[in-house]
Amino acid sequence: MSVQSNVEVHSEWGIVSARQAGRNLAKELGFAGVDQARITTAISELARNIYLYAEKGEIVLEGIEGKEAGGVKRGLKIVAKDQGPGIKSIREVMEDGYTTSGGLGAGLPGVKRLMDEFDIDSITGEGTEITTIKWLR
Amino acid sequence: MADAYRLMQEQYVKILETYLQEKNETGLYQAQQFSKKVLENQISPEEVVSLHIEALEQFYPNLPQGARDSFDFLIEIMMGYGMAYREHQILRDKQKELESEINVAANMQQTFLPDEIPEMDELDIGVISVPASKMSGDYYHFIKDDNDSLGVAIADIIGKGVPAALCMSMIKYGMDSLPEQRLQPGALLENLNRVVEQNVASNMFITMMYGSYDPRVHHFYYSGAGHEPGLFYNYAEDRFEDLYAKGLVLGLDRDTKFREYHKKVEAGDFIVLLSDGVTECRTDEGFIEREELTRMIREYSHLSAQEIVNNVFYQLERLQGFRLRDDFSLIILRRKV
Repeated sequence: MSVQSNVEVHSEWGIVSARQAGRNLAKELGFAGVDQARITTAISELARNIYLYAEKGEIVLEGIEGKEAGGVKRGLKIVAKDQGPGIKSIREVMEDGYTTSGGLGAGLPGVKRLMDEFDIDSITGEGTEITTIKWLR
Repeated sequence: MADAYRLMQEQYVKILETYLQEKNETGLYQAQQFSKKVLENQISPEEVVSLHIEALEQFYPNLPQGARDSFDFLIEIMMGYGMAYREHQILRDKQKELESEINVAANMQQTFLPDEIPEMDELDIGVISVPASKMSGDYYHFIKDDNDSLGVAIADIIGKGVPAALCMSMIKYGMDSLPEQRLQPGALLENLNRVVEQNVASNMFITMMYGSYDPRVHHFYYSGAGHEPGLFYNYAEDRFEDLYAKGLVLGLDRDTKFREYHKKVEAGDFIVLLSDGVTECRTDEGFIEREELTRMIREYSHLSAQEIVNNVFYQLERLQGFRLRDDFSLIILRRKV
C-alpha cells in the first residue's frame, strides 16, 4: 500500500501540515468531500491535543487495507503519539460532555464519532497513543 | 446511514430544482419540511452543505471554481456544528437513560411512604405529598402503637431531588429501627437526631415534626426539629393558630433535646402538618402568606380531610402555574364529632 507519512507536531504549523497530509492521502484513497473534511478534522483535533498538552509528538498517516465480507476494504489510519504527561483518567476524557465543558474543543469522543475505529492507550508520565481508522464506504 | 443520505440527496435535488425554477413560498416551505427530515435521519450539518454543492454541480455544470471551492470552506466551518450535533444526540440518549433510571428510583421511593392512611374511628385523616420533580425530599409516616395512639411524622430534607431522596430513605430506616413502644415525640426525635448526625453529611439537614395522637383522651403531643410550624384549627372559635415546636434541626448537634408540647383536641378541631413547600409556594407576587393557606383550608373545611388537602394542593399548584418549586406535603388530622 501507500507509504506512511509522519508529521511532527510541535507548533500550529505542524497541525496544518498534518491536516494537509491527511487531506492529500484521503483524496488519493478516494474519500468524498465530507469524509475528507471529517478525516482532516479528526487529525486537526488530535494534533491540537498534542500541541496543547504534550507540546511535542507526531501524527502518522497510512493507507491501509482491511478484510470485510465482500473482500478487501481500504481505509486511512491515523496514529497520534506523544511523550507528554499522559491522560490520568481515560474514562473521563472519553465521556461525552466532559471535554467540551473543559475547553478541549470537540474532544476525543467527537474524534471517535468522526471515524470508524478508535483506540487509545495512555500511560501517565510516558505519553499517549491514539489510533483511529476511517474506512472507505 | 449511507442509504438515508442518498435518499435525502434525491429529494434535495428535486425540491431545490423546483424552488430555483419557481422561487415561491411553497418551495421554501418544502425546504422547511425537508430540514425536519434531515434531522429525523440524523444527517449532520456538513452533510447538508455537501448535499447542496452536489445538487448545484448537477444544475450548473459550469459553476465557477471559486464558488465550488467556497463550499469546501463552508463544510470545514460546519464540522464544528456537526460534532456538536452528534454530541447532542448522544447526550440526549444519555439523558433518556438517566431519566428512566430516576423513574425506577422514584417508584422505589414511593414504597417508602405508607401505602394507606390509617383508619380510625376518632380521626379523619388526609394526606398529600407531591415531589417537585421526580424524587422527593419530603417524608411522612404513620405508626399506630399498642395503646392505639397514632404517631405521625412529617420531615423535610433541606434540598430536593436525588440527594434529598437518598437522605430520606435513611430517615425511613431510622424510624423503622426505633423501638416500637417508644413513641414519645421528644425521645423519638432525640433518637433520630443521633442516627442522622452519625450517618448524614454535615451539610445535610432534616427538619421534622413528630406528633402522637391519643384517641382515649384526645390529646396531641408533639415535638419539632426546626420544622415549618403546623396549624391548629379551633372549631368552637373558628380560629387558626400556629402549631409551633421549638427545636434544632436534625443532624446538627448530637445532644439536642426536644421539648414536648401538647394540645387538647375537641370535636371538629384539626391539626395541619406541612412541609415548607406548602408555605413557600411562590407566585409572581412572592411567597403566599400563611393567611392565604388558612383561607383555603377554611374554604374547604366542610369536606373530608383528604378532600381538603387535595383541593388546597390543586389551588396552590394552580397559583404557581402547575410547576412546583419545592416538594409539597400536607397532612390534616381532624377529630370527628
